[in-house]
Amino acid sequence: MNELVQVRNLTKVYEKKKLALNSVNLNIPRGKIIGLLGPNGSGKTTLIKLMSGLLVATEGEILINGSRPGPETKAQVSYLPERTYFQSGMKVRELIDFFADFYEDFRPERARELLANLNIEENATLRTLSKGTKEKVQLIMVMSRDAQLYVLDEPIAGVDPAARDYILRTIISNYNENATVLISTHLISDIENVLDEVIFIRDGRVILQDTVENIREKKGKSVDAYFREVFAC
Amino acid sequence: MAWNLNSDRPIYAQLIEVIQIRIIAGSYKPGEKIPSVRELAAEAGVNPNTMQKALSELERSGLVTSVRTSGRVVTEDMEMIRETRNCLAREQVHEFIDKMKELGYKREEVVRLLEQEGGNE
Repeated sequence: MNELVQVRNLTKVYEKKKLALNSVNLNIPRGKIIGLLGPNGSGKTTLIKLMSGLLVATEGEILINGSRPGPETKAQVSYLPERTYFQSGMKVRELIDFFADFYEDFRPERARELLANLNIEENATLRTLSKGTKEKVQLIMVMSRDAQLYVLDEPIAGVDPAARDYILRTIISNYNENATVLISTHLISDIENVLDEVIFIRDGRVILQDTVENIREKKGKSVDAYFREVFAC
Repeated sequence: MAWNLNSDRPIYAQLIEVIQIRIIAGSYKPGEKIPSVRELAAEAGVNPNTMQKALSELERSGLVTSVRTSGRVVTEDMEMIRETRNCLAREQVHEFIDKMKELGYKREEVVRLLEQEGGNE
């Protein structure tokens, strides 16, 4: 069994009959960094939450390493939500303990090293950190797990370019070789050099899955330029 | 040389060029170890698999060789490094000549201009 994630006829309907995902089929290989790209409201976050086991599918299924989302897959999936869910009164050190309690694959020494590189004090209370620093702390926690699949929902939105570079470099140097990183974003130009493959999603449907190098070679333009063409209003 | 990556060409081809120029310019010296795939990928801000592809290509050409357990080293074959340098130089000249043709320059005019302007450097 080669594919890390298999998605079959996945459909998600929210209350009031809002169709968020419409019969999606996908295979996500191991050892890749993949961009999940689409405009706001296209279904990116819904797909990510289904993979993380936070939502239940209306129809179809997701298999991660051959299993349906549940406790077993949650132990293998490291999820970075769009918004922070940490208590603002927590100290950085407490956050490390919290993750170590929750996840067997969490590596506290890796988290401490990454925090030290950024001169973030373990005694600091989250509330006192800037928005960019909070985002970095959160990413450090998520990337300090030895997961099979990292799903990062908009990890680079709303941070300055230097922080963005730091975040991308942290992702590149910390995922293990057999793991896959799925990154959702609409800021494509910042991220496309880091990606192996991209998935374009629109109105709850996958409209393209290809490698970045293929797109550049075949279309003679960047993925960003191609995205603008495909999603032109 | 910095990693100024252009967004509409395949990335691995551009990575190969940067590493070749670093070897020619001596930032990576003959027989010396070059940084690991991860380190180079993080430095360039690119996907590790893409960097891997660029390094495999350089290995195939013989400019770098992989050593058991200790990563990759630059070739000590000076002839090969010189040949790579000539090859990149020829590419530059061809590109230059193509552009001059677009501007309507004839061969003799290009040569004359090079002699005039090149002397000022």
